[in-house]
Amino acid sequence: MDIFLQQIINGLVQGSIYALVALGYTMVYGIMGLINFAHGEVVMIGALISITVTSTLAAAGMPLGLAGLFGLVTAMLTCMALGWSLERIAYRPLRGSPRLTPLITAIGMSIVLQNLAMIFWGRNYMTFPPLLPKVNFEFAGTHFTLVQVVIVLLSAALMAGLVFLVYRTKLGMAMRATAQNPAVASLMGVNINRVIASAFVIGSALAAVAGVMVGSYYEIAHYQMGFMLGLKAFTAAVLGGIGNLAGAMAGGILLGIIEALGAGYIGDFTGGFLGSHYQDIFAFVVLIVVLMFKPSGLFGEKTGDRA
Amino acid sequence: MKNWLSPKSMTGIALIAIALIVLPHVVGMGGQAWVRILNFAILYVFLALGLNIVVGFAGLLDLGYIAFYAVGAYTWALLASPHFGLHFPVWAILPIGALMACVFGVLLGSPTLKLRGDYLAIVTLGFGEIIRIFLNNLNSPVNITNGPQGITLIDPVKVGDFSFAGTSQIFGMTMTGPQKYYYLLVALALLVIIINVRLQHSRIGRAWQAIREDEIAAKAVGINTRNIKLLAFAMGASFGGIAGGIFSAMQGFVSPESFSLIESIMVLAMVVLGGMGHIPGVILGAVLLTFLPEVLRYAVTPVQMALFGKILVDPESLRMLVFGLALVLVMRFKPAGLWPSPERSRELSEKPVEVVK
Repeated sequence: MDIFLQQIINGLVQGSIYALVALGYTMVYGIMGLINFAHGEVVMIGALISITVTSTLAAAGMPLGLAGLFGLVTAMLTCMALGWSLERIAYRPLRGSPRLTPLITAIGMSIVLQNLAMIFWGRNYMTFPPLLPKVNFEFAGTHFTLVQVVIVLLSAALMAGLVFLVYRTKLGMAMRATAQNPAVASLMGVNINRVIASAFVIGSALAAVAGVMVGSYYEIAHYQMGFMLGLKAFTAAVLGGIGNLAGAMAGGILLGIIEALGAGYIGDFTGGFLGSHYQDIFAFVVLIVVLMFKPSGLFGEKTGDRA
Repeated sequence: MKNWLSPKSMTGIALIAIALIVLPHVVGMGGQAWVRILNFAILYVFLALGLNIVVGFAGLLDLGYIAFYAVGAYTWALLASPHFGLHFPVWAILPIGALMACVFGVLLGSPTLKLRGDYLAIVTLGFGEIIRIFLNNLNSPVNITNGPQGITLIDPVKVGDFSFAGTSQIFGMTMTGPQKYYYLLVALALLVIIINVRLQHSRIGRAWQAIREDEIAAKAVGINTRNIKLLAFAMGASFGGIAGGIFSAMQGFVSPESFSLIESIMVLAMVVLGGMGHIPGVILGAVLLTFLPEVLRYAVTPVQMALFGKILVDPESLRMLVFGLALVLVMRFKPAGLWPSPERSRELSEKPVEVVK
C-alpha cells in the first residue's frame, strides 16, 4: 500500500508537468486545429535558458533562490517571444493551406530549434542548479521532497490562473469564440490574429515553467529532452480530448499516475515477464484503449466530420 | 491516357532507362558511399509510396508508418541470420515479410477505424513507439530481437548462387555490392510504381479518394469504408514490409535505433513535401529529402571554411538546421508540395482562403 501511495504521488508530480505542457498543445489545437509539434522544444529551450541565467547570476554572487527566480522569468519571457515568432514564421503564412502543410513546418521548426540548442548548449547533459533546499517530508509512509510539493502547487496555481483567463476575461472570451467559429468571431470584432498569437504566447509561458520544473525535478537538462516530453504531453491532451482545457489537465495527471503505477507494478502483473523499461508503452496502450471506446478522448466533444 | 507507344514518349522512356542504368556508375565515381545513398533514396521511394497510399490516397494520417518497415526488417533478420540459425531463401522471406507487415497493418487499422484526423495520427504514432520499445526490450526473458544490440550477420539477397553482396564480375564488368543492389532496387521500384499508378485509377483507388474527400458521402454511395480503409493500411504496410526486408539484407544489420519516430516523420515529410497523393511528386520528395542531408554533410564544412576561415559551428547540427529550415521554407512557398497533382493545385487556387482549416 505504501508503494501504491508513493507511486500515486510520483505520478501526480510528473502528471502536473505533463498537464502544463498539454495545455499549450490543447489551446493551439482548440483554436486553430493544428498540432504544434515544436511545443516540446519550447519546453527544452525554457529549461536550458533558465540553467544558463541561473548559474551565471549565481556565479556572480546572487543568492541561488533569487537567481533561480530570474532564470525562470527570463525563460518565460524568451519562450513567449519564441512562441510568438513560431506562429508568425511557421504557421500564420500557411493558414488556409492543406491540413498537413503546417504539420511539416512544425516538424521543421522542431528540428531547427533542437539543433540551435545543440549549437548553443552543446551535446552534453547539463546539471540543473538546485533551486530549492533539499527538504524531505514524510506522510503516511510515503516520502516526498520540497521540489515535488512546489511543482504540484505551482502547476495547480497556473492552471487555475489559465481557467480564470479563459472563462473570466475578455481575451478568454475571444479565444473561446475563435475556437467555436473563427469566421463569425472575426465578424463580431475579434482580432483573430491576436487571439491565435496570444494562445501561442500563453502556451509557451506555461511550457517554460514546465521546462524549469522538469529540470529541477530530474536535476538535468539536455537539448533532446523536449521531444519525448512533448509527445507524452500531446498524448495526454488527446487522452483528455484535444481542444479541451479540463481534458488536458485531467489527461496529463492521469497519464502521469498511470505511468508511475505501470512502472511500479508491471513486473507483478506479468509475473516478471515485462519489466519497468516498458514504462513508455503504458501511455500509448492506455491511449489506444481509451480512444477505442471514446474516439474523441475522455472529455472531448464529438468531433465534426472534418478528418 | 497518353499514347505510350508514340515515338516521342518512346524516346523519353529510352532516355530515362539509359539514365537509370548508367546512374550508379556515374555516382560511383564519387565513391561507393554515394551509391549506397542512392540505394537508400530508392528505399525511401518505396516507403514514401507506401505511406502515400495511406495518407495521400485515403487521407488517413499515419505517424507510425516506420513500424511496418521495422516489422519487415526484423522478419528478414530473424529468418535469415545466425541469430536463430535460420536461412530462408529470398522468395520465401520477402512475401513473409510483406505478409507480416500486412497483418500488423490490419492490427493497427482495426481498432482505429472510428478515429478521425489527428486522433488517428497520435494513435498510429503510439503504435510505432510500442513496436520500437518491444524490439528494444524483447531480449529477455526469451531472446527474440537481441535488444538494443540488434541482429548482425544477416544474409544478403541471394538468387541461386548469385549474391548481391560483394564485388563480382558480370558480363565482363566489375560490379560492387551497392551497384548490384541498385539494379535490384530499381527493378522493384519500377514494379511498385506501376502497382501504385494502376491502383490510383482503379476502383479501389477511387474509393480511397472518395473516403479522403468525404467519408460519409463515400459510405452513402455504397463504399464499404471499413474494408477499404483497412485495405489502405494493409497495402501501405506491405510496401513498408518489403522495403524493410531489403534494408535488412542490404545493411546486414538491424537495430531498433533505425526505426525511431523521426524516421516516420521523415517519410511523411517526403510525401507532403513532394506533393501528397501525386506519385511523381512523392518520388521527387523521397529522392530530394534523402540526398539533401547527405549533400549538406559534405557541403557544410567547406562552406564554413570559406566564409569564416575556420569551423565555427558543429557541422552535424548545422546540416540538420539547414534541413529543418528547408522544410519550413518549401512548405511556406509551396504549400501543396513541390509537385502537386494538377487537380489538387487547381482546387487550391480556386478555393477562397479560409482563416482556419
